[in-house]
Parts: sequence; structure tokens; C-alpha cells
Amino acid sequence: MTEDPLRVVAIDSAPIGACRLKNASLPALTLMGEHDLCPGCGEPLALRQILDSIESLNLSQSTIGVIGIGCYTALTSLMDIDLIQALHGRAPSVATGAKRMRPENLIFTLQGDGDMVNEGLQEVVHTAARGENVTCILLNNGVFGETGGHMTSTTVLGQRTKTSIDGRDAGTHGYPILIGDLLSRLDGTTYAARASVHDAKGVARARRFIDRAFRSQMKGQGFSFVEILTMCPTGWFIPTAEGPSYLDEELGAVHEVGELKRDGVLIEK
Amino acid sequence: MTRRLMEGSEAIVESAIAAGCRFFAGYPMTPFTEVLEHFARRLGGSKDGACINAESEIEAIGQAWGAAATGARAATGSTGQGLSLMQESMSEITRAEIPIVIFNMARGQGDYFQATRGGGHGDYRHIVLAPTDVGEAVEITQLAFHLADKWRHPVVIYGDYFLAHTAEAVEIERIDFGKLPEKDWAVDGLLGGSGKSRNINPIGMNKGSKGIDPNGFWQALSEKEDRIAEAERRYEVVDVDDAELVVVVFGSLARFARAAIRDLRREGLKIGLFRPISLWPFPSEALADATAGKTRVACLEQNAGQMVEDVQLAILGATPVVSIGGISTDAAGFGIGALFDSDLIRERIRAAYEGRAVPKGVVV
Repeated sequence: MTEDPLRVVAIDSAPIGACRLKNASLPALTLMGEHDLCPGCGEPLALRQILDSIESLNLSQSTIGVIGIGCYTALTSLMDIDLIQALHGRAPSVATGAKRMRPENLIFTLQGDGDMVNEGLQEVVHTAARGENVTCILLNNGVFGETGGHMTSTTVLGQRTKTSIDGRDAGTHGYPILIGDLLSRLDGTTYAARASVHDAKGVARARRFIDRAFRSQMKGQGFSFVEILTMCPTGWFIPTAEGPSYLDEELGAVHEVGELKRDGVLIEK
Repeated sequence: MTRRLMEGSEAIVESAIAAGCRFFAGYPMTPFTEVLEHFARRLGGSKDGACINAESEIEAIGQAWGAAATGARAATGSTGQGLSLMQESMSEITRAEIPIVIFNMARGQGDYFQATRGGGHGDYRHIVLAPTDVGEAVEITQLAFHLADKWRHPVVIYGDYFLAHTAEAVEIERIDFGKLPEKDWAVDGLLGGSGKSRNINPIGMNKGSKGIDPNGFWQALSEKEDRIAEAERRYEVVDVDDAELVVVVFGSLARFARAAIRDLRREGLKIGLFRPISLWPFPSEALADATAGKTRVACLEQNAGQMVEDVQLAILGATPVVSIGGISTDAAGFGIGALFDSDLIRERIRAAYEGRAVPKGVVV
């Protein structure tokens, strides 16, 4: 049995037969264009929530994004906000310098787990401990997607990557870092939450958490952090359609979704 | 303002503030530490500026990067060791064309290659200015901010323990080096949603179009560096017209060489001095002119022989070049060695003048 080929619709034309599409409008802060991200990738879903949040909070003309290095870096060409492209891992420091010079702006970082939890762990920890009034957003898929599926510091036990072929083993590879839990314990952190874009409810929750983090920054409360679990079927070596359930059942079981800290108060599980 | 006795570190910081520097981030390390201390005192509690005692040199330059990207005059600094940690960012900042000033209070002159060869990954150079005393450092600090903005390029100030810790009477006022272009490239967030928002990046990414153009990006940088090299060579030439020997020396060591040459001239020895002020771009043509037809060129530097390569490249065999410096540091490794002795330098210059061999290295 062969599947019907999907109808290809040029993205800048009116939707054809998109009867289920409630709102055909593009988010205001998105530029038209192509990108190189894989089918089934969760990062564009997360990015859209960020851009929609900025717009809904009326921060379109006062936002500066600081971008890490990973697959999502390719999305910068489609983001219609001012950006500073940072080095792998260094975005929280760059955001710090920008915020100190322009405290009136919304300043956020966009980083992956390889970027933030591997290469730049000290940067995000120090920025949080300093109570720097910026928002760091982590797109966590538990794998180095851009290099083709290698183990990161958030890869869960049992997860297969090219550098943990039989699955991550605690004895050989050590344990994953639950970065949201770690950052939420620092006194400088005022807001910390973890969402997952494996389903529509999760996407809506991610949006809510981003809104709260940005609001917290604009109120000058201190460091805010949102972790968003995203699908990477390519880097997980699974069929595209299984991405959401793998995310929910494997990564989501370890990196548990929910708010971790709000208004400087830890939220007990 | 009247003249006031200040150590080099304080004078540099006061001059940076006079130039409009609003942001500094640094990590303490001898002999750079006092630069951070003075910035902390001047910008620490300021409403218009900030000084961060960064958690590492890597974070210090990252913070300065972010501040500079908003268009503010920003700086960081360290010693050669700390600059080693910053090289990754220095390379990327150069490619992102962000103006930034880096105060390198090096432990001697062993970091000449690190300073002048780019130092990190990739195909680039940055401007390196080496003042010889506190008075010149005051001027060069302000010039550094000007050149950084003029070329959208990092500028390194190469100093050392002597520069940072010698007190001299200086007067600090803002120096006008001329008009600069508007910083319309800097991010302020205002263009969000307009279709004209910016992305200050080191990889040649553009808005609205997929992919990067590394070839064109590197080529454009290379062409800009050619223009900088043409325009920004700086040097000092003393008494070379009648000289038979020209001594080439930079930084603090040039003060000691100057005293030694003055003594030797009184004895009737015809000796001149050539002092590169910009280590990159190296003043090659001026050095070739100043040494043409001379008997010999003596390169005096406090290392195993680094600047001598630039000297030889400038002279291209037209005049014999000898090295009369050497490795010379103190027990702590801060770069305060036995070479900083005008008597020792005088006898080494005399030997070079007379064509006698100069011992390699400096024996204490």
C-alpha cells in the first residue's frame, strides 16, 4: 500500500484546501524564506511560541535575541527581531553585556542542550547566580542534532546516539544533567519552567511559560529560564512520526515538564 | 584638569572613561588586575555604565561582546594567559565587525606572536598598539576606541607590568580624533517586525535568505584588513639619519633602550632607534626606509625572538639584522626581567655596533 503524496503548498501562497487551518496568518515577527531543518523537528514549533509571545507582550520593538550555535541557528534568517549571534555556549554572557547597556530591552538567549548544558554550562549557571535580568531559553532534544546525533549532557539513560551506540549507560557515560532543576535552585533565578512541544497542549504550555518568563524580566525580577523539550527524530534515529511519542515517553520521563520556580519560590513536585 | 600622578592602570582607565567607555568586564590576573580595580571603582556603581567582575576571561569577553553589540564603547582585558582563553571570541568578534578594546597587560613580550598573528582560529588580524610609557598610553587608549569604531574592528593595547604599575604625572582629557560614522549596525531592538531587523553575526548570515557565504565573508574581512594596514601604521623614529646601527624595540623596553642609546651617542657612537607603536599593522615600509644603507639593525625584544621575524620581513635582507634581546623574566613569571637594565642594554647595543657577537638569552 502506498500513501497518497502530500500536496505541496508554496508557503507564501494562500492555503489550498486547508480547511482545518483556523488562522492562516503568519506570526508577525517571522520572515518568509526557506530553512534547512529536518521534517519532524520541534525547534520551529518552539521558536514560533517565542516570537508570538514577544508580539503579544507588545515587545516587538524592544527585543534583542542572542543566539547560540545549533540547528536553530539556521532559523535566525527567518526571525524579524534584532539578533546577536554568539559563540557556542557563550550566549548568556553576551546577553549580560547587552542587558547592562540596554536594561529597557527584552533580552533573551536561544540555545540548545549541547550549547547551554555542555559547552556553556558555566555561563548559564553564573548568569543565573548573578540574578542577571535576562531570559535564557533552552531547546532540549537530548542530542547534538547538527553534527548528526551525538550524546549531550542531557541525553537520557538508555538513549542511543552515535557516541553511545548501545544507549547511554551510567557506568560508562555518566548521568544526564537536569538543567532546569539545577538552575531553579540558584537564588538569582526567579522563574524556571520546563515544557515540551510533543503535542498541542504542550505547545500551549510552552507559550504560557515563555510569557511568564518574559513578563518576569520586564518586571525586573531577575534571571528567568524556560526549557523546551523538542523532537529530533533525525538525531534519535527513529521514524519522523514517532518523534512526539519518543519525546514524551523517553526524554519527558526524565526531564519532567512543569514549572519549577515562580516569583523566586520553588514549586514542589 | 591638571596633571596628576597616576599609575599606568589608573591612567588607562581614566583615559578610557574620557573616551566614553561605558562597559568593562574582566577577571583578575597580575599584572592586569589594577585595570579591573580602577574600572570597578569608576563604572561599578554607575548609572550610565557597568563593570563586571567576570567569572572567567571567557565570560568577560562575552559580556564585552554583548555590550559592544549595542553600540556602547566597551572593553575587556587580561594578561597573555587570559587572552589565550579569549581568543575564540576575539576571532569571532573580528568577523562580526564589533568594535571592542582589549587591554593586554602582558607578562613581558613573549606574547608578541599571540597579539600580532590573530591568535585564534581563522584568517584575521586585529590592531595592536604598544605604548612605551603612561603618557603615551593615555593617548593610545583613546585612539584605540576611535580606531575600533572607525574600522569596526577589535583593538588590543599591548602593555606590561611596567606600564601598568609605573606612576607618572599625566593630564587626561578627551581627545578628538575626528568624526566617526553612525553606529546604525548596532542592535537596539527597535527594528523588530519592520523587515529590516539586524543580525550581528560572525558567519555571514543574512535575514530572509538561507545559508551563509563564508568565502565572501572572509574575503571582505581580508580586504578591510588591507585598508587598515595601509592607513594605521604607527611608529617613532629617533636619530636614524646619521646612524650606522638602528635599534628596533617596542613597549616599555624602548624606554631603557632610549637611555642606553643616549649614553652611547654621547660617546660618539652613531645609533638610531626605531619603535613600532602599531605591532599590527607592522610599520614595515617605514622600517625599511629608516634602515636603508645602515651597517646593521639590532632587534631588542624580551623573548626568544618574535618581532625579529617582522623586522626581517620588512628589511628583506637589505641590511643585516641581529637579535640582542632574549628571554628575561622574574621568579614569579610576571615579566620583570634582568633585561630591563640600561647598562646591560647599552653593552649589548655597543657589541652590535662593533659587530661583536651578543650572547643569546639574558644571564642573571
